[in-house]
Amino acid sequence: MANDTGTASITRRDLLRMIGLAGGGAMMYQAMTSLGIAAASPYRPPTSLQGTGHGTVLVLGAGLAGMTAAYELGKAGYKVRVLEYNDRPGGRTWTLRPGDAFTELGGQRQVCRFDPGMYFNPGPWRIPYHHHGVLDYCRRFGVALEPFIQVNQNAYIYGKDAFGGKPQRMREVQADFHGGIADLLAKVAGQGGLDQLVSREDREILLESLRQFGGLDAQYRYVKGPDSSGHRGYAKDPGGGPDAAPAFSQPVGLSDVLNARLWTGLGMAEFYDYQPAMLQPVGGMDAIAKAFAREIGEGVIHYGAKVTAIAQDDRGVTVSYEDTASPGAVRREKADWCVCTIPLSVLSQIPIQVSAAKQAAIAAVPYMSSSKVGIQFKRRFWEEDDAIYGGVTMTDLPIGMMAYPSHGIGTKKGVMLASYAFFLEAYEFTAMNPDERIRKTIEYGAKVHPQFPDAFESGMAIAWHRVPFAMGCFGWWTDAAREKHYADLCSMDGRIVLAGEHASYLPAWQEGAVLSSLAAIDMVHRRAIEGARS
Amino acid sequence: MKTVIVALSMGIATAVHAQSMDPRFIDQKHAAEITGEQTFTHVCQGCHMADAKGAVGAGHYPALASNPKLAAKAYPVVMVMNGRGGMPPFSMLLTDAQVADVVNYIRTHFGNHYADTVTAADVEPFRSTTPNRPRGHRP
Repeated sequence: MANDTGTASITRRDLLRMIGLAGGGAMMYQAMTSLGIAAASPYRPPTSLQGTGHGTVLVLGAGLAGMTAAYELGKAGYKVRVLEYNDRPGGRTWTLRPGDAFTELGGQRQVCRFDPGMYFNPGPWRIPYHHHGVLDYCRRFGVALEPFIQVNQNAYIYGKDAFGGKPQRMREVQADFHGGIADLLAKVAGQGGLDQLVSREDREILLESLRQFGGLDAQYRYVKGPDSSGHRGYAKDPGGGPDAAPAFSQPVGLSDVLNARLWTGLGMAEFYDYQPAMLQPVGGMDAIAKAFAREIGEGVIHYGAKVTAIAQDDRGVTVSYEDTASPGAVRREKADWCVCTIPLSVLSQIPIQVSAAKQAAIAAVPYMSSSKVGIQFKRRFWEEDDAIYGGVTMTDLPIGMMAYPSHGIGTKKGVMLASYAFFLEAYEFTAMNPDERIRKTIEYGAKVHPQFPDAFESGMAIAWHRVPFAMGCFGWWTDAAREKHYADLCSMDGRIVLAGEHASYLPAWQEGAVLSSLAAIDMVHRRAIEGARS
Repeated sequence: MKTVIVALSMGIATAVHAQSMDPRFIDQKHAAEITGEQTFTHVCQGCHMADAKGAVGAGHYPALASNPKLAAKAYPVVMVMNGRGGMPPFSMLLTDAQVADVVNYIRTHFGNHYADTVTAADVEPFRSTTPNRPRGHRP
């Protein structure tokens, strides 16, 4: 991505606005594209702060939002200090590796027993191609990325009441779903049912497109044969030598497809957030956290600091905190400005001197529950036995979805995300102890992959409401809550501004943390400049 | 609210049909069979812990055990239905009767001895007319 800076008199943003005014949307689009910014992204490399700041900023939290603020403000000349509850950078950007210990709320301690080189991301684990902020920092900081396989048509869809509880290949479900719809629509068109809606010419084009979309035969039927098998796969794959002719597979009829409800497991890849290509950092998501911490430099982040109160007056901000190693003794840190990235699940419990409206906003966003279980298996049976190389299997079991590692394909062992549950199922997983979560994951996972019990080696089970530094997975906004509270949450209040995924329209995504932070530090910087002038 | 306990099926919201496949998961059971104690052990104890004594991290989960705030029965009902701060709302997951049952369970266990009981009719007024359903985010 181009990193071109605006001149002193005109920023790139101004330039784009002028082009937009003068030439309309299409010209603006062209201009943006030529300036190296994808049209959809609100992200712009933060260059306007450089070398102009002075004064002190206290950042609360060393997750991606906090570290974005610390990095950019530090670069701009502010004296920055970060208070972080954990003894590592990253917050929810977190990777578990052999030897790592984790004690959850309630006191249950897990030690990661994976083999060397194996890892598990309990938090964020994939990056959409349009998360330009995160991707730009990866590029600038030299974080190596590799493909994350989200869509694998050979992965399974499992419905406990569908097809006798036998997992179905996503490829077959999708082909039969699309084929059935295309067949139906072609029939309706053939019987004149669309004559009032489309011209005769368009109808012919529609029929031709339905053949391609649904794998219909020359008579526009979705039936057993080369066209449908070309989509759903074969009963016997085409081979070589004598006896190599393929055997066609038998499609499932539309009524059965609809009633089995397996189509509920399709469509993930249709969503903008999960469309290929997705990416992941090589070696674990915490590569991004480590890169930020390295770029911020030594001595800026104070680890093991539990914030207990946030106060402000005309002259500055005072934050009280305890060292987690020696609780009880209150310490204080002062600064001109404060960027607070503490999750609202925690911040709503900390006395903070902001307006009543902001306090109401802080208390108004509950945190979604989510639970993940990562299991190291002694062999990659999903590859060896099932020909599944990365991707996601969807189930309606309490374990939710499963994901196969995109990296290490063809090697001996692997760590699978064996359960990823949300909402009610996640509450239930949270209510168990970690050993029990792993036991239930193996029990339910065996319904899709009978190899689970024999191939199991060790696991780590993270339920986000029991994670001491987050107390929930992410800010659970509703449209009504946004309407009422979002503006108050994001506004600058005296000398304090909030940032984090909760202060974005990208709930849970790292991109939300980065973009909210850039917006927050822009507000701080403007106030600081105003203050210096007045 | 007939099926009562609604869960996300494969990421896209649909009703889950009750089947007693595993009593450890309450969504697999008929709503009418679920007791206040089961709701506590399957949901509440995730944060408030099995002994209802809560937990402390960067923030804290309050103890329900011997908690004088439970004296006014409307307080736990409002908290369970609507949530606040670290407490998520459960109105979209639990029926009025289930909320009453779990509140009654908590108010008569863990060192709490409140004799007045909550009924489903007491809970109903706190049910918001606009369902607070989550969107299907799963980053």
